[in-house]
This record gives sequence, structure tokens and C-alpha cells, in this order.
Amino acid sequence: MSSFTTLITVALGAILVNNFIVAQFLGICPFMGVSKKVETASGMGMAVIFVMGVASAVCWPINKFILEPNNLIFMQTVVFILVIASLVQFIEMFLQKSMPSLYEALGVYLPLITTNCAVLGVVLQNTQNSYDFITSVVYGVTGGIGFLLVIVLFASVRERDEFSECPKAFEGFPIALVEAGLLALAFLGFSGLDIFRFMK
Amino acid sequence: MNVKKQLMDGLIHQNPVTVQLLGMCSVLAITTTLFNGIGMGMSVLVILTCANIVIALLRKIIPSKIRIACYIVVIAGFVTVVDLILKAFLPALSESLGLFIPLIVVNCIILGRAESFASKNGIAASALDGIFQGLGYTIVLIIMCVIREFLGNGTFGGGILNGGEGVRILPEGIPALGMILPVGGFLTLAVVIAVMQHFLSRPKKSEQKEEVAK
Repeated sequence: MSSFTTLITVALGAILVNNFIVAQFLGICPFMGVSKKVETASGMGMAVIFVMGVASAVCWPINKFILEPNNLIFMQTVVFILVIASLVQFIEMFLQKSMPSLYEALGVYLPLITTNCAVLGVVLQNTQNSYDFITSVVYGVTGGIGFLLVIVLFASVRERDEFSECPKAFEGFPIALVEAGLLALAFLGFSGLDIFRFMK
Repeated sequence: MNVKKQLMDGLIHQNPVTVQLLGMCSVLAITTTLFNGIGMGMSVLVILTCANIVIALLRKIIPSKIRIACYIVVIAGFVTVVDLILKAFLPALSESLGLFIPLIVVNCIILGRAESFASKNGIAASALDGIFQGLGYTIVLIIMCVIREFLGNGTFGGGILNGGEGVRILPEGIPALGMILPVGGFLTLAVVIAVMQHFLSRPKKSEQKEEVAK
């Protein structure tokens, strides 16, 4: 069973030390695509937290009780991506019906999440690290929180692009990449964080 | 069918990475040694070509409402095949690429080409498109790998030459480790795209553009 300490370690690791975007390079496409405004970025972040948590919770039993006993581990990629795609569709319909306000807040970002590699990444990592159910869900949700944190920080930097001058060749996308690089450099500072020492 | 135009589109004018800005995750994450770059590029090329062929074959059968799900299943099938082949024959590559092989499923390049090209064109054109777009992707990966490996590790051809060690160009202690960390990935890609934009925005002959791509 997962103790409280391991859960905290996993959570802090997913948010700061092994952040999905700046340390593991997962989910770069939405990170670059929808980070022009803080509002859209936070909408996307919220949607990612939600989907990553639910996907971790759904894929864990599928892997444990269907794929593993039947020796079908090699089908993981196919099964998981199908589960995620249908899950996103299902969540979309469910929210539309029962929580219209949340549905409107997430808007177009929900369907886009299917091709966010952070979601498939978190599910595959859960099985690779053989996390138990609770740890998987915690890892999924906190990974999403880390995503939200970075994308909001990045969007607030990027909003200033329009008012600053930069070399012509760097205009638009390249300067955003440079900013992302600096953000990654800042987050590199967390990699020295020794969480276990605080716990003792 | 315009082979030359397709080739130039794949390599330069519609390069999947530097112009269409797709598939960033793998470009940034695995370009630390030349071996990784070539391995990843070839895997994507094979999967993209196979997926394009199958989707072009099925383009009249697949109902348009559920087409994305169908494409993903086709792509995931080929990704699994490549994943298993690499595990069996190139375990070292499979190890160092790790999670990013299964993640080719959600690489936007493949889904993007399926949606924008293979679903509208014939089999031969789609196959060529897969090969050329894959080549364009591979070339950017190789450029990134060479720059990052040289600046970050001081070597060339890591994983392939000199028994996997790579040929050492800069003595140890000089290279900036940051270049093989995530920071270096973002900065190198920024510079590569900026150089590309610089040359593409100038209306000049295609010879100069070729130099950049190489």
C-alpha cells in the first residue's frame, strides 16, 4: 500500500521536479498552441488536470484486471489511446448534460486533449513504474497541476511578447521557445530538491 | 503527381517541425545523441509511410464522423509493431527512447498528415508524402542532435561511432551540460526555426534554402 510519504513524494515530484512540460517534454503541443492568453491557458490546464486524473483512474483497472491476466501487455498503447479518446468524448457529453458551466469553461480544449501526449504519457508511466491505484490517480492529478502551473506562468510571459521588440527572425514561435527554455532553466532549480530529507 | 514539389514541401516549405510546428515533444526530448535522433526519425518515417498508405487505401470506407478514432487505431497498430521490432532487434535504442516510442501514437505529425493529406489523395502520393515528411522530420532531428551533442557533450555521433562513445571533439570540462538538458532543447529549436524563418522570408532561389535544410 502507498504510504502518505510516498504520495507526497510522487505529488511534489510531478509538480516541480519532474514537471511534465519542462522536465519530461510531454504535452509540448498544447503548451505552445494555447498559451497566448492566460485565460485560455488556465482553461486548458484545468481540462488537463481533469482528464489526466480520470484517465489514470480508468486505465489502472483495465491494465490490472484485463491486460495483465490475459498476457496482453503488448496491446497497451492501442488500448490506452482508445480508452483516452473515448473517455474524452464521454466526459464531454457528460459535462454538457450535467455541468454546463464547467463544459463552457473548458470549451474547445476538451477534445484537443486526446492528442496531448501528457495524458498517454502519464498512463504509460503509471504502468511502467507499477504504481498502485491511489498513487496512479495522485500522479495523474498532480501531473496535471504541474501542467497548469507551467502553462499559466508561460502564458503570462508570452502575453508581453507583443509589446517587446525582438530580432525579426525570432518573431513569433522562436522567441516563445526561448522563453520556454528560460522557464525550463528556472525549473531546473527544483531538481536539487531532496524531498526524502524533509520527510525524515 | 508532383514528386519534386512534394519533396521540397516535406523538406523545406512544409517541413513538419520548423514550418508546421508539429511533433515538438519528441524533437525536444530525444535529440541528445545522434543515435537517438536517427532511430527516432526512422521510426517515425516508417510509421508515417505505413499509416499514410493504409489510410489512403481506406479513405473511401472510413465514415467521416469517426475518422479520427479510425486513424488513431491504424497509427497505434503500426506504433506497436515498430515498438516490438525495436525491443527485439535494437534493445539499446528502445531503452534510450523509452516512453517516446509508444508516444508516437499521439505525435501530431502523423495524425496531421493523415487528416490533411492521406485522406484526400491516392496511395502512391500518400506513400511519397509519408516518406518526404518523415525525411523532413529526420533531418531536423539530426541537425538538433548534432548541435546539442557537440555543445553539450563535446562529441559527435554518440551511440554509433567509436563503440557508442562518439568521437570527442571538445575536451571534457568545456561543454555546457545545459545543452543536453531541457533548456538546451528549447534554445536549439528556437535557433533552428529562427534560421529557417530568416531564409524563408527572403524571396530567394531555392539553392540557399537547401543549404539551410542540410
